[in-house]
Amino acid sequence: MEVFKKLKEFYWPYKSYFLWSMSFLLLITGITVIYPIILQITIDDIVLGGRYEWIPIVSLGFVGVMVIKGLGTYIHQYTGDLFGITSVYKLRNRLYEKLQYLPFRYYDNAKTGDLMSRLTADVEGFRFFLSFGFSELIRFIVLIGITFGVMFYYSVPLTVVTLITLPFLAVVVYKFDRAVHPAFRGIRKSFGKLNTKVQENISGINTVKSLSREDFEIGKFNHSNGDYKDKYIFTSNIWAKYFPLMELLGNISVVLLLSYGGYLVIQEELKPGELVAFYSLVWYIMWPIMNLGFVINLFSQSKASGERLLEILEAEGEIEENEGQLMVDRLLGRVEFKNVTFKYTEDDSEALYDVSFVAEPGKKIGLLGATGSGKTTITQLVTRFYDVIEGEVLIDGEKVNNYALKSLRSNIGFVLQESFLFSSSIKANISYGRPEATMEEIIDAAKRAQAHDFIMELPDGYDTMLGERGMGLSGGQKQRIAIARAICVNPSILILDDATSAVDMETEYKIQQALHEVMKGRTTFIIAHRISSLKHADEILVLDRGKIVERGVHEQLVNQNGLYQRVYDIQYQDQKQIMQSHIG
Amino acid sequence: MNKKQPSVSENAIKRFEYSQDQIIDKPFNWAQMLRLFSYMKPYRKNLLPFSMIMVLINTAVRLIIPLLIGVYTLDRAIVNKDAKLLTTLVVIISGLYVASYIANFFRIKWMNQLGQNVIYDLRKHLFTHVQNLSHRFFDQRSAGSILVRIMNDINSLQELFTNGVINLLMDVILLIGVMVILFTLSPELTLAIMVILPIMFFISTSLRRNIRKSWQVVRLKQSKLNSHLNESIQGIRVTQSFTQEQENMAFFDGVNTENFQSWREASQKNAMFRPMVELTNAVGTAVLIWFGASLIQNESITIGEFVSFAFYLGMFWEPISRLGQVYNQLLMGMASSERIFEFLDEKPIVSQKDTAIEINNIRGHIEFAEVEFAYNSDRKALKGISLEMRAGQTVALVGHTGSGKTTIANLISRFYDPTSGSVSIDGIDLKDVSLKSLRKQIGVVLQDTFIFSGTIMENILFGNPEASEEEAKEAARAVGANGFIERLPNGFETEVEERGNVLSVGERQLISFARALLADPKILILDEATASIDTESEQKIQNALKTLLKNRTAVIIAHRLSTIRDADQIFVLDHGEIIEQGNHEQLMNFQGEYYSLVRAQFTMNTAS
Repeated sequence: MEVFKKLKEFYWPYKSYFLWSMSFLLLITGITVIYPIILQITIDDIVLGGRYEWIPIVSLGFVGVMVIKGLGTYIHQYTGDLFGITSVYKLRNRLYEKLQYLPFRYYDNAKTGDLMSRLTADVEGFRFFLSFGFSELIRFIVLIGITFGVMFYYSVPLTVVTLITLPFLAVVVYKFDRAVHPAFRGIRKSFGKLNTKVQENISGINTVKSLSREDFEIGKFNHSNGDYKDKYIFTSNIWAKYFPLMELLGNISVVLLLSYGGYLVIQEELKPGELVAFYSLVWYIMWPIMNLGFVINLFSQSKASGERLLEILEAEGEIEENEGQLMVDRLLGRVEFKNVTFKYTEDDSEALYDVSFVAEPGKKIGLLGATGSGKTTITQLVTRFYDVIEGEVLIDGEKVNNYALKSLRSNIGFVLQESFLFSSSIKANISYGRPEATMEEIIDAAKRAQAHDFIMELPDGYDTMLGERGMGLSGGQKQRIAIARAICVNPSILILDDATSAVDMETEYKIQQALHEVMKGRTTFIIAHRISSLKHADEILVLDRGKIVERGVHEQLVNQNGLYQRVYDIQYQDQKQIMQSHIG
Repeated sequence: MNKKQPSVSENAIKRFEYSQDQIIDKPFNWAQMLRLFSYMKPYRKNLLPFSMIMVLINTAVRLIIPLLIGVYTLDRAIVNKDAKLLTTLVVIISGLYVASYIANFFRIKWMNQLGQNVIYDLRKHLFTHVQNLSHRFFDQRSAGSILVRIMNDINSLQELFTNGVINLLMDVILLIGVMVILFTLSPELTLAIMVILPIMFFISTSLRRNIRKSWQVVRLKQSKLNSHLNESIQGIRVTQSFTQEQENMAFFDGVNTENFQSWREASQKNAMFRPMVELTNAVGTAVLIWFGASLIQNESITIGEFVSFAFYLGMFWEPISRLGQVYNQLLMGMASSERIFEFLDEKPIVSQKDTAIEINNIRGHIEFAEVEFAYNSDRKALKGISLEMRAGQTVALVGHTGSGKTTIANLISRFYDPTSGSVSIDGIDLKDVSLKSLRKQIGVVLQDTFIFSGTIMENILFGNPEASEEEAKEAARAVGANGFIERLPNGFETEVEERGNVLSVGERQLISFARALLADPKILILDEATASIDTESEQKIQNALKTLLKNRTAVIIAHRLSTIRDADQIFVLDHGEIIEQGNHEQLMNFQGEYYSLVRAQFTMNTAS
C-alpha cells in the first residue's frame, strides 16, 4: 500500500469521482440480486399464491428498478473512468516534466525501451487499476456478501449444501492463477523475442541479402515463430485444464441444488420459487470467485507498475536541485578549468584528472585523444550536464554552478556526433533552441551552416517535414541542420563534438568551410579525430585517460614526438607521398 | 464532479508532427475472406472438424439443460412430488455436465491449436515471402512499417482464427436452437419476448461499432503521445543543450490533453453499453413476467415452462453479443488481411530463371555493357555505363554522392536488374545465374556495418556458417580484429547488440571484414566507411584491407586516398556516367575531375 500512498498526489485530488463511482457501485450491486427475488415472487406469490393483481406492479417495478440500475451503472463507470484518466493525465505530465529535467547521468544508464514501457504499459496498468481494478474488488465483496444474505434468508441448510463445492473452487482458481500468469509472461517474452528477430532481420536485410543468408534467417525466424506458437498453446492448455473444471464445480452446485432443493420442495420446506431464485444466486457467488484471481493479479501488477513509475519520479535530479540564480543575457565566453577531477559514477575510474586550462573569449580549443580519453567530458562539464567532483569550472570568472541553467546553456551551442533532429519542419528544427527566431534569422543560420542551398532544393524548402513522416536526409545534411540549429541561438561558446565524422570527405570539406565562418567571435571547442579539423586551433589539448598529456599549437605538437605527432604521421604520410609529385 | 478539465492550446500542439494512421473501416470483401480462410485448409481433416464436434456437444448440452430443469425437474418431479423421477433427472443432468466438461476441455485445446497453427503458417508464409523480395521493396518502406505487418497485423487475426470462426457456428446454432425450443413450448410467449431481439442486435452491432470508432481515436492519440515520448527520450540531450524543457512540456501537455479528451468521449459512449444491454434484458423479463404469469393463470403454460423461459431469456444476449464481436473482428481482420496480402502479392523484381545455372568457381571478371538504370522512372542513376573489371584487380569508384557508385556495386550483386544493357561475370549474364550461387561468390562490406544480436563469434560465422570456430578466429586474426575481441570480458563469446555500446565503429568494421574474409568470396565489394575512427583502429583497418583484397576482384567505393592510389583502375563517375578512368598516376597527370577531387581533399588537410 506504500506505493499507492506515495502516488496519492496524482489521484487524491480527484477523489470525488471515486466516491461517486463507489456510491453508485453499492447501489447497483444491491439491485443485482433483485432479479432472482422478482422471479421468486412471481412464482411463489403471483402464480402459486394466486395474487395475479400484483403482475403490473411487479413487472413495471422491475423495469423501474432496472432503469435506476442502468443510470447508476452509467454514472459508476463514467466517473470511474474519469477518476483513472484525470489521474493519469496528471501523472503523465509530471513524468514528462521529470524526464525533461533528469540529468545526463540518469540517461547514461537508462534504456529508451525500458523507459517507454514504463511510460506506456505501467501508466496504463495504473489507470486500469484506478478505473476498474479497485472497484471490481469491492464489487465482488459486496455482491458475494449480499447474495449470501439472500440465500441464508431463504434457506440456511440449502445454502450450505449448495456451496459445499466452494472450497474446491477456491483451490482450483488458486492453482489456475498460479499456473496461468507465468505462462502469459512466457507468451509476452516469446513475442518480444520474435519481434526483435524480425526487426533485426529487416534492419539488416542488406547484410542478409548480400551474404545470401535468407534461408538461415528464415530458419531462425521459424524457430522463434514456433516457440511463440508453443508458448501460446501451452497457455491455452492450462486454460483448457482449469476452466472447464471451474465450470463443472459450478454445475455440481447446481446438481446439489436440484437434488437437495428438490427434496426440500417435495417435503414442503422450501417454495418452488425460492429454488429457482437459488439457481441464479449460485452463479452470483461462483462467477466472482472464478474471476477473483484475475482481480487480485491486477492488484499486484498495478502495484509493481506503481513501483516502476515511482522509480522515475523519485530519481535524483541532482543538478536542478542546486541550480544557481545568476541570470546573464550574454556571456563573453571565457572558460576556465581549475584542477578539475571528475568521475561518471562512484565506481568508475576518473574520467578527468586534475585538468586545468583557460580558453579566452573567441579562441578555439582543439581536443584530441582516443575514445574514452575525456574529450567529451570536458565539454559536458562546461555545459554543466554533470557537476565536477573536485576543482572548478568557471565561465567569465564565475562558477558554472552559480548560473541559472537556462542562462548558461542558452549561451552554448552544441553539435553532437550523431545529429538528432525532431519530427518537425526544418524551420522548427533550426529554431529549436530559440522558437521565437524570425525567418530571416533561421535562413541566416542555415546559410552560414552551408545548409541553405540543399534546403531550398527540397520540395517544401524550410517547411519540409523531418522525422518519421518526413524526408530522409543524408548524414551530412542532417549534420548541417544541426550546425544551423547551434548557430541559431547565437552562442558565445560553441561545442563541436566530432561534428563531421558521420559524413563523407566531400561533405566534410563543405562543413569545415561552414564551421570556419561560424566559429568567428565564439569560444569554440572542437573534438575530432582528424588533425585537419584541429590544426588551426589556438590551443590543442591532447588527452589520454583523463589527463592532459600534451598541449600547445599544431606547430609545436607536431615535433614533440608524442601522441599528437604519432597521429599526425599516420594521417599524413600517405598524403605527403601522393601529393608531393603533383601539387607542390 | 466539477473538476477543472484540461484543455488544448492550439499553438503548443504544432511543435512536432507525427505520422498518424487513418481510421479504417474496410467494407466486407468475400474474396479476401475466402483467401484468408484458405489458411485453415490444412486442418480441414483433423483440428477443424474435431473442434467443431466438441463445440456441437457443448452447445447441445447448454440447450437441453434449461429444458430439463424447468419442464422436467420442476414440473414433473418436484411439483408432482415424484422423488424417483427427481433422482433419475439429477443423474441425467450430472451426466450431461460431465460430457460438457470433457467437450469443453477438448474444445479449448483444439480451437487454440487450430488458431495458433493458422497464425504460425500465415506469419511464416509472410516472412518467407518478404525475405525473398528484392531491394526495391525495402527501399520504399521503413523497417518499422514492415515489422508492424509481420507482427501486429498478423496478431490481430489471432482472435478471429482461435475463437471467432468456431464461435460463429456455436452462436448461430445456439440462437436458432433457443428459438425453436421456445416456439415449441409456447409460440405466443416467444413472439412477445422476441420484441427485444432487434434492440439487442442494434446494441451489439451499431452501438458497439460507434464505441469502437471512438476507441480508435483514443488509440491514434495515444500513439501520437507515445511517438513523442519516444522521440523526446532519444533527443533529451539536444533538448537539454538548448534548454527547451519548458517548451516541450507545453507541447506534451497539449498531446496529453487531446488524449484525455478522446478518452473521455470514448468513455461517455462506452459506459452506455452495459446499461443498455441490461435494460433490454429487463424489458424482456418484464414482458415474461406480465404475459407469462397470465398464461400460467389460464393454464396455457406450466410453471416449469415459465422457468425455462426465464433461463432461455438469459441465454439470448451472449450469442448475440458474440456475433457482434465476431462481426467486428471480421471487419478489423479485413483491414489487417488487406495489408498482409498487399505484401504477399508483391513480386520479387529480381527473379530467378528456371534455367538459372550455378556458378561455383568463377575467376571474377566483371563486365558492364551499355548499362542503364533508374531507381524510379524520373531519374536515371546510370546512363550507358560500359566497363570492365579484370579478375584479381582492385577497382576504385570515385565521385560525388549520387554519382552512381553504389548503384554499380548493387548491380554486380544483382540487387537490381539494369533497365537496359547487361552485367556479366566471366562472360555469363547475371540474369542466367542462380541468385544464391552468385551472391556466394560476392562479399559485400557495407558502410553501415550491421551487427546482429548474438555473440561476436556468431556474427563472424554469419558470413559462412559451415566454417569452424577455429577458421572464424583465424579470419579475425588475419584482419587484426583478434586483439580487441580477446580483450573483451568473454572474448569471442561476448554478446553484442544491434546498437549496443560494446563495440566502436571501427571495431564493427573489423568484424565485418572478418565476416567477409570467412565467406571467402571471389569478388569483394567494399563501401568504404568514412566514419571517423580513432587513428589506431584506422591503421588496423588499412592493414586488414591489404589482407582482404588479396587474390580477389575488389570493387571499392573509395574515400581513402591510400586505397585509391593503390587501385589498379579508377573510375570517376559523375551523374551516372564515367567521365575519367585510369590509374592514379594517369589521372593525376590528366588534371581533370579526379585531380581536383584529390586536391580538394588535400587542401582541406593542409592549407587553410
